[in-house]
Amino acid sequence: MLALQRLREPPVIESFSGTESYIASQELSEAVNVALALERPLLIKGEPGTGKTLLARAVAEQLKRPLYTWHVKSTSRAVDGLYVYDAVQRLQDSRFGDKDIHDIRQYIRFGALGRAFLSESPVVTLLDEIDKADLEFPNDLLHELDAMSFTVVETGDVHTAKVRPLVVITSNNEKELPDAFLRRCIFHFIAFPEPALMARIVRVHHPHVRQTLLDEALARFYWLRSLPELRKKPSTSELIDWLGAMLRGGLTEEALAQRIPYLGTLLKKEQDVESVARRGRGWTKH
Amino acid sequence: MDAPETAEPLGEPLFLEFFYLLRRSGIPVTTREWLTFVEALDKGLVAASLDRFYAIGRATMVKNERYYDLFDQCFTHFFLGADPPHALVKAVDEWLENPLPMPELTPEELAAMEKLDLDELKRRFEETLREQDERHDGGSKWVGTGGRSPFGHSGVNPSGMRVGGEGRSRSAVQVAAQRRFRDYRADLVLDTRQIGVALRKLRKLGRNELRTELDLDDTIDATAKNCGDLEIVMRPPRDNELKLLLLMDVGGSMDPFALLVSRLFSAAHAASHFREFHAMYFHNCVYEQLYKSARLMDGMGTVELTRWLAPDTRLVIVGDAHMAPYELTARNGAIDYFQNNDEPGFVWLERLKKHFTHSVWLNPLSKRTWGHPTINLVSQIFPMFELTLEGLEEAVKRLSIAPHASA
Repeated sequence: MLALQRLREPPVIESFSGTESYIASQELSEAVNVALALERPLLIKGEPGTGKTLLARAVAEQLKRPLYTWHVKSTSRAVDGLYVYDAVQRLQDSRFGDKDIHDIRQYIRFGALGRAFLSESPVVTLLDEIDKADLEFPNDLLHELDAMSFTVVETGDVHTAKVRPLVVITSNNEKELPDAFLRRCIFHFIAFPEPALMARIVRVHHPHVRQTLLDEALARFYWLRSLPELRKKPSTSELIDWLGAMLRGGLTEEALAQRIPYLGTLLKKEQDVESVARRGRGWTKH
Repeated sequence: MDAPETAEPLGEPLFLEFFYLLRRSGIPVTTREWLTFVEALDKGLVAASLDRFYAIGRATMVKNERYYDLFDQCFTHFFLGADPPHALVKAVDEWLENPLPMPELTPEELAAMEKLDLDELKRRFEETLREQDERHDGGSKWVGTGGRSPFGHSGVNPSGMRVGGEGRSRSAVQVAAQRRFRDYRADLVLDTRQIGVALRKLRKLGRNELRTELDLDDTIDATAKNCGDLEIVMRPPRDNELKLLLLMDVGGSMDPFALLVSRLFSAAHAASHFREFHAMYFHNCVYEQLYKSARLMDGMGTVELTRWLAPDTRLVIVGDAHMAPYELTARNGAIDYFQNNDEPGFVWLERLKKHFTHSVWLNPLSKRTWGHPTINLVSQIFPMFELTLEGLEEAVKRLSIAPHASA
């Protein structure tokens, strides 16, 4: 009986709600919890500096699970995350070592994903910046992420996850990901924080910043972001650095009234700095 | 409360309707994703909350932020729509959260419950607040919990407005109604980053099939397997072989699009993965001269250009193709009087088309306006695409197909 009853049963799963240092929106928490309950990979997209990578750490911290991280690079192959067969070591040992080189297993080094599948207790695995790798990379992991199992070709061993890990995948949107891969993931796009949430985030990093300074700084920051001609909009981490610089420099909100100090911490492209200079004190009109 | 026994399971047909609404509105939701959502329902994750329905529905069925806005619209249509199906009213009642026991409702009571739109709701809310002066739980009018009033939380009203409760400040319906994700839609303007992503798709055709590069890892592998006897493994290099020529219309009717075109230029310029990238400018139509600067100085002959660039260079022309017909069809028709072209514009366009195996025209004007005679004429020469994210992706696809297919 029935779908209705199942609907009303409160879910009995571990759940994530954000931590003291990581503020998660309601929707983000729900996405994490769905991924946990359905044991599907969680794909997180968003502008740089919206806290995609930190999410996995926060989830691991709150659920008290170990975190295995795999920083994907442009040269990464899908199999690297599962295991690497250390042929060089074996070759070395065959010449100089006293090990039994016929035991290939001692030359198999497991990657972050491989260790997560082998783990006896649930873990969190982070595949950071999957879009850095080759276009085919995500497709090469389809089976492994579906079945949470992989085969070591060299030994023929099949390893299947005893407890399915939470796989968090981040993408900077540098490349579109294949549809087949997307269909298997739970997806969440971290929208750029609105000023109120941004104020809370900043407070985590600079707890003692004066409210007036924070308000003024945020007003400038969002004004900068609203300029259509900017090639690279300043992000959260740049805002935090900028405020840090102002605090260390002992600047007050009065300094902000005249100009934007330390503009270089916010804008990283020369043309952007120039076009802001051309605008002058444009924000006062807003 | 006892769930009534019914022949068909409650819930599913309703969600199915929502699923088809999403598909009809253009969100590419597949059956597999819908089943994932049903699985979440099955596990009780949605647990009678509209907020969770919103978050979980989106997380399981929408895989690109460009569709978030459409999802918001579907959601508000579905839950705030003027005339929702009766089954919906009933089921939404079942979903809403209830820390207090859910009040038993007769069908008559349900029918009597008003369906309000958000503005009306806000107005009534303020009125009600003025009238109310104490805490209130249950009942059907005052702001409180566990009641049937549209206001408060943990109550049952299909178009209810959340007031406090569990640290959530906005209900899903209100959040969706804000349409926060409008800026991420694919059919709106492009930013440099999105253009970069679209252009990057040109990269895969840059693969050279010749194995000319030493594959160190596989060589070591093969050598080890070969008992230490050197075994060389080669692989194809990963450089992008792609050459790109960008021709941009500047000035006059293109001025409103100057920012957009400059974004396209800077994205293409920043994309370091092309083997060659050239950008030239023209005004309104291509004739015997092209220019290296946007101020139409530093000219170069069009014929010379085609001799200089290989035919497999991808040609992308950006312009509104909106001009006086004679600029395209007449000798000496060029808009700039010093440019006495011996041959009409379309001859030059066809010459370019003939030289390059792959070419597209990107038009910043909306497709609706393409009935204009010169736009029409140009689009018969070059495949024309809108300068939006969708259009650009289509164009990139066109540039990626095999040459004989595009002829």
